[in-house]
Amino acid sequence: MLKDITLGQFFPGHSFIHKLDPRTKLICVVLYIVALFNAVGLLTYGLMFLVLTLCVSISKVGVKALVRGMKPVIVILVFTGLLNLFYTTGGTVLVSLGILTITTEGVKHAFFMIIRILMLISGTFLLTYTTSPIALTDGLELLLNPLKKVKVPVHDLAMMMSIALRFIPTLIEETDKIMSAQKARGADFENGSLLEKAKAMVPLLVPLFVSAFRRADELATAMECRCYHGGEGRTRLKKLSFHTGDIIALIFFVALTVAVIVLGRFFAL
Amino acid sequence: MAEPIVKVEHITFAYSEENAKHPVLNDVSLEIEEGTFVAVLGHNGCGKSTLAKHMNAVLLPAGGKVYVTGMDTADENSWLDIHRTVGMVFQNPDNQIVANVVEEDIAFAPENLGVPSAEIRQRVDYALEVVGMSKYATHAPHLLSGGQKQRVAIAGVIAMRPRCIVMDEPTAMLDPVGREEVLKTILRLNREEHTTVVLITHHMDEASLADRLVVMDHGQVVADGIPREVFQQVEMLKSIGLTVPDTVGLLYELRKVGIDVPLDALSVEECADAICKALNR
Repeated sequence: MLKDITLGQFFPGHSFIHKLDPRTKLICVVLYIVALFNAVGLLTYGLMFLVLTLCVSISKVGVKALVRGMKPVIVILVFTGLLNLFYTTGGTVLVSLGILTITTEGVKHAFFMIIRILMLISGTFLLTYTTSPIALTDGLELLLNPLKKVKVPVHDLAMMMSIALRFIPTLIEETDKIMSAQKARGADFENGSLLEKAKAMVPLLVPLFVSAFRRADELATAMECRCYHGGEGRTRLKKLSFHTGDIIALIFFVALTVAVIVLGRFFAL
Repeated sequence: MAEPIVKVEHITFAYSEENAKHPVLNDVSLEIEEGTFVAVLGHNGCGKSTLAKHMNAVLLPAGGKVYVTGMDTADENSWLDIHRTVGMVFQNPDNQIVANVVEEDIAFAPENLGVPSAEIRQRVDYALEVVGMSKYATHAPHLLSGGQKQRVAIAGVIAMRPRCIVMDEPTAMLDPVGREEVLKTILRLNREEHTTVVLITHHMDEASLADRLVVMDHGQVVADGIPREVFQQVEMLKSIGLTVPDTVGLLYELRKVGIDVPLDALSVEECADAICKALNR
């Protein structure tokens, strides 16, 4: 049950998108989000949808994987959809049930809001599906490098993030082990009220935390023994570098953002 | 004679003030010569791991001095050079692996040292080759077996190009197959790559592979010599809770009942030969 946590899941591949520099992909996703929030009508949303479909098909990730990732956000989608449906005023009234009224404007808003959220999630999923966590943290570190001038510990943050990612499987395995051990001694994690279930977590979390701290201590010693002394003077095994593909992708997404903003202003369909 | 790579001079150490009367290390002196394979053997709590941690400045002695190629470990400024000269492998491979791709993890130490990318690549490939894990370069470490993980951890230290590697019970958490793999790697490292190896262990058979055996008890060195000589002190070893290798144990029992056999047979063949000779006489 704990095995299917899909946090930042990565599907290795060799597509054009996989080969892009993680920095390019990060910038493109930011541009994509900016464009998405500036889209206002069928024309601009249509354009965005076209781009998304294009990217998904190039990446060869498969629509199935994207849809599977959507499951956890269904509640948010329904909630936002309903809110927009009932609380938007303007346009002609379609249905009126007491205080709840549905207007044409409301239907339109709800529809576009759901589409926007879906496309937002698909875009970011495409990033994590096509970029390994290490490449992603490396890219983030390099992109945020200018912040070092204002004393933001960029390297340390990136290192923490990559270590956290590295230890997720280890700690999941450990949780499984502790759960089995506690179950063997009669602990019950499945039955009872919500409160009882929460209480049952205590004998699971305490040993997990203790062992996580012990691991952290040992890891720190081991890192020091391997000459880790912060980000200064560090080199990398794989240097990130921009290629023609990256430049094309960047130009494409800048153009897309500009186009969506301009089209949205003048042809609000 | 060349300068020893690690020189431990009369060190004492206790983990806390209250325990100062029963120190973990009590006046230990030891010199590790370059290129040798030294095993440090002892029962749980005899101070062998503590001693290991003194060899590369993870712990500092309360009394006495430790020198690594002449550098005093108490000098904070030389810690980086000391870490680079004496690498350390710990018991639990899970807690030493930093990255989530094998080759990225092995690259960690050279990256820290600021080695250029092209050379890091060479070092990573070389280290993978030495531990026999080249096939797994792009695997995720958490999917490997215990023995494989520990070999990755060793490769991570090899890539740093240390002159000496201290291993603190590297096989303690492994199954027999994993232990075999790691021991083979250690032997290859010493015999073929001429790296100085200090192996902390409580397994007799591992200790018997070494060139030199140091036995510890209650924070002191109680025996120091080549394994076949040390193992002849059967009574002393038994008195500190250690067992001798089965072959030596058998010969010892035979001697007790009056059969005249030598005690210094470590392999089964040697042992069989010795018994045959004694019986033919």
